[in-house]
Amino acid sequence: MAGHTENISTSELWGGDGSPFRISYGKQWMWMFLVSDALTFGGLLTAYGFARHSAPSWPIGEETFNAMPFLGTGYPLLYVALMTFILIVSSVTMVLAVEAAHRLDKKGVIKWLLLTVIGGFFFVGSQAWEWYHFIHGSHFGSILTADGWAVVDFNEANEMVLRMGRGLTVVGAEAATLYENATASMQGANLIENEYAPLVPQYANFFFFITGFHGFHVFSGVVFNLIILINVVKGVYDKRGHYEMVEKVGLYWHFVDLVWVFVFTFFYLL
Amino acid sequence: MERDDLVQDHKYSISANHDEAHGIEIRKKIWKVTGILTLITVVEVLIGAFIKQYDATGGDNALWPYVKIGFLVLTVVKAAYIVLVFMHLGDERKSFKWVILAPYILFILYLIFICLTESSYWHEVFQGADSINP
Repeated sequence: MAGHTENISTSELWGGDGSPFRISYGKQWMWMFLVSDALTFGGLLTAYGFARHSAPSWPIGEETFNAMPFLGTGYPLLYVALMTFILIVSSVTMVLAVEAAHRLDKKGVIKWLLLTVIGGFFFVGSQAWEWYHFIHGSHFGSILTADGWAVVDFNEANEMVLRMGRGLTVVGAEAATLYENATASMQGANLIENEYAPLVPQYANFFFFITGFHGFHVFSGVVFNLIILINVVKGVYDKRGHYEMVEKVGLYWHFVDLVWVFVFTFFYLL
Repeated sequence: MERDDLVQDHKYSISANHDEAHGIEIRKKIWKVTGILTLITVVEVLIGAFIKQYDATGGDNALWPYVKIGFLVLTVVKAAYIVLVFMHLGDERKSFKWVILAPYILFILYLIFICLTESSYWHEVFQGADSINP
């Protein structure tokens, strides 16, 4: 590492007084990596915007994502709001770990970093559930009626309800007639078709790719945090005199939270 | 082999250490920002739950374009708090702050502009008055 720097006089570079940014090499390049990673996510989300803006119709987030574990459907956006909250909290525990690190408070760092790792696992688990539910699909799937695609459901009086999208429903005998004459059906989602937006199959592709890429980042972040946590416990950073590694993985972890803030807005809210 | 880069690293990293009194102040700020971020998320979900994109007949809700802009503003506010406070970019030198922010903002604004322009054109081609679809 840095083995060929003997011949360069630092005084000729910038007065020999370290980095002009007053920031360490590692932290600076973590930032540079995050900028390039942010451009990747920016590209993915603008591509999503491109597809959505040029498509004839697009599913509405709160109609697609309205299920809660153990409770069934009818809870628009509640589960994803919970996921967002989990990720924000784990970002807070991370920044508290960094603060403890600046006081060289080993016990504090261990406590907050451990909570961050647990929060990360919770988020990855939540995403796995979300994916499972998305792939599996709604209980009865979608059918193609004379009036277009509709999600099949039943109300409390056990009458058939066809949800035609945009809040419109057809109930009872009329729904049954449409159901009898349906020409196609679909359940769940894959890369070729999906019941949430039968006319725009790329909807599911974007969902899988963007949330999957983000989930992969979360998973990597949990692994990084775990490695640093083990090092903290072993006392590696006590010997070094500073806990900057905690700060560096912290930057990455906050970035993952930052990306989710945008995914949440563009995929679920808008 | 001697790592001459690490000497400088240690200098910056050690100077970032602070005492307990300073820590109390920083933690106060962290909790404050946590409150703000949580509040914004709650507001976003409530708006999403109560204001629909469509009206009772399935037509467009006239309010929705403003809600959309509101969501975007709230998202950028959240992002700014995360980057400037949680990632401490606000505490870095001004020159470094702009090295990180300026290229990104410039590039992403261009990307958004060009994608929206192009997709509007394609929307017109597929669904407009002179659509290629019969």
